[in-house]
Amino acid sequence: MTVPKKFSRFRDVMEETKKSGAAIYKNPGGSNDLVVLSPYSVNYIHSYAQDSEFFLGLAEGKLLGSECKNCHTKYATPRSHCMNCGHETKWFNLPLEGRVHSWTTCYFGSEEFLKETPFNLVLVEFDGVDSLLLSRLVGPKEDEIFIGMRVKAEFRKPARYLISDVHFVPATEKTSRRKRKN
Amino acid sequence: MPGQRKVYAISGGVTKFAKAHSEMDFRLMVKRAYDYAMEDVPKLKPSDIESSRISYFSDHFARQLKAASMVQDFLGLNPRDSRRIEWGGATGGQAIQAGWETIASGRNDVCLVAGFETMSHVETWKGNEFIALASDTNFDYPVGGFYTGYYALMVQRHIYEYLRKKKFSKIRDEREAQHAATKEAKRVMAMVSVKNHINALHNPYSQYPEKLTIAEALGRELIAYPLNRSSICTMSDGAAVMILASEETAYKYTDNPVLISGVGCGTDTMRLADRPQGKVPRFAWETEEDYSGLKYPGVHSFRAGRTAALEAYKNARIHNPLEDISFVELHDAYASSEIQTYEDIGLCRYGQGYEFVDQGHPFMKNIDYGLRLAHAGTMPVNPSGGLIACGHPVGATGIMQGVFAFWQLQNTIKKHFGDDTLQVKGARRGLIHSHAGTGSAVTVTILERV
Repeated sequence: MTVPKKFSRFRDVMEETKKSGAAIYKNPGGSNDLVVLSPYSVNYIHSYAQDSEFFLGLAEGKLLGSECKNCHTKYATPRSHCMNCGHETKWFNLPLEGRVHSWTTCYFGSEEFLKETPFNLVLVEFDGVDSLLLSRLVGPKEDEIFIGMRVKAEFRKPARYLISDVHFVPATEKTSRRKRKN
Repeated sequence: MPGQRKVYAISGGVTKFAKAHSEMDFRLMVKRAYDYAMEDVPKLKPSDIESSRISYFSDHFARQLKAASMVQDFLGLNPRDSRRIEWGGATGGQAIQAGWETIASGRNDVCLVAGFETMSHVETWKGNEFIALASDTNFDYPVGGFYTGYYALMVQRHIYEYLRKKKFSKIRDEREAQHAATKEAKRVMAMVSVKNHINALHNPYSQYPEKLTIAEALGRELIAYPLNRSSICTMSDGAAVMILASEETAYKYTDNPVLISGVGCGTDTMRLADRPQGKVPRFAWETEEDYSGLKYPGVHSFRAGRTAALEAYKNARIHNPLEDISFVELHDAYASSEIQTYEDIGLCRYGQGYEFVDQGHPFMKNIDYGLRLAHAGTMPVNPSGGLIACGHPVGATGIMQGVFAFWQLQNTIKKHFGDDTLQVKGARRGLIHSHAGTGSAVTVTILERV
């Protein structure tokens, strides 16, 4: 902590923060209000718990969905218990190809992902599955994407055990047919 | 609503929303709005307030746990009953309903509903991150957590369901058809932005009054396709309060109270990906054929909003919102969600939202927008300028809507705005609508002139 200073540039405030742990400065508006800028970071520990299997699956190039043991609702994003009947679900392998259910291209975002802009978000639908999966679509530009477009999953190697271990790319009609035969 | 006491709004106040209020902390912001409300009902003494419901959304922005206790403390309301209300973007609407409940139940006669948010405490990028933490942090956030992105995904599907499949169904080439549909949607969303910014020219509490044109609105920076800067609300600092009272006490303090005649709330899955593909919960005037083949809500509509409206209309005995309601203040965090909400709350059928705007229904009759509108002003929506023009300090937003609706129904807009352009003439009932993260919770509250 330091005595109040006047900073002409925000960059200088950040410099001061690095040096002294925090910067205290007078409101640039000219009033006497004191502004404190202090960094804030934590190590946060949490478990994927009942959804862990899904993330382990990503590392093996598998997309695991949840199927209700009772009413057989199929979820593309894991749910350990069915939202329709409350029963436990079991894991099943989702197809690795699906279609764009909806999409957008983000030109702006949260701090963590700013450096990745522009990026495409897609909700992917799979044949015979009742819910969707939120992912990124890598490759095509805004004017090339459309609802109904066929897409296939690709996996990050080595895995980081994040949902971003999977993303989608356009599937050509040829690969779609081959996959279906298999 | 049977079996409970009537609840009235007797006063309100707003501390103007701003990008940052470095001269006031959250307590003083609330105090300013509170003092304004108290001055408006001089017979009411602070000692008459029996309880408070205090709302703010994010501990991350506040970086002060139990900030609501500090508000209670600052206002000098200890040791009376109080609690914090949090329900994402619908925090303000929920706080009003929580205040309503404590009076309807007979527990209290006078309750203060107060809300605030201090979003200037972090940079915009970090703020986006904090807001995105209100999406599933295992499955949604790490993909690129960004709320404008989520709403863009929702409106893209809305455009597909209702413009691509209907108005543009004759175009054979899929990409060309979707492109044409989106272009049309962007034009209509720009109309909503123009409406809200121009309305705001007459609201001294707004942050972004602007004589905006369609061309200017369309030309603004793209944030997440197809949403651009003119169609998105901004993070802000601000506060708002309402004072609610039971029937027997309301008239002790004012001869111009406003009845809260209906409350409703609905919810939906946190993840967009999990939204069901079922049937529309219908209003009495809708038929099954209206929606044959429609998978609902999917990601294109807000089932929580429909559910909230169904409950509120039942309680307020609203049979035809277009006739029974005089104006709407709804949660236009995005121009797209304003259009989607018209349909949820039954101002038009699902799929007719774009046409509803194009024909001019949600505009003010007496304002020149530089647009040709066939049916201007049949149902003014966001006469205040809404979130797009006033800003969105989350915990205060829903209460601000309540205050504006209260003033409309008291016929006191001129007194509080210094301008009566936005006064909806002869307003009998108003609807306020508060909406949380991607539609995971929505409240609808009906206020009524007495």
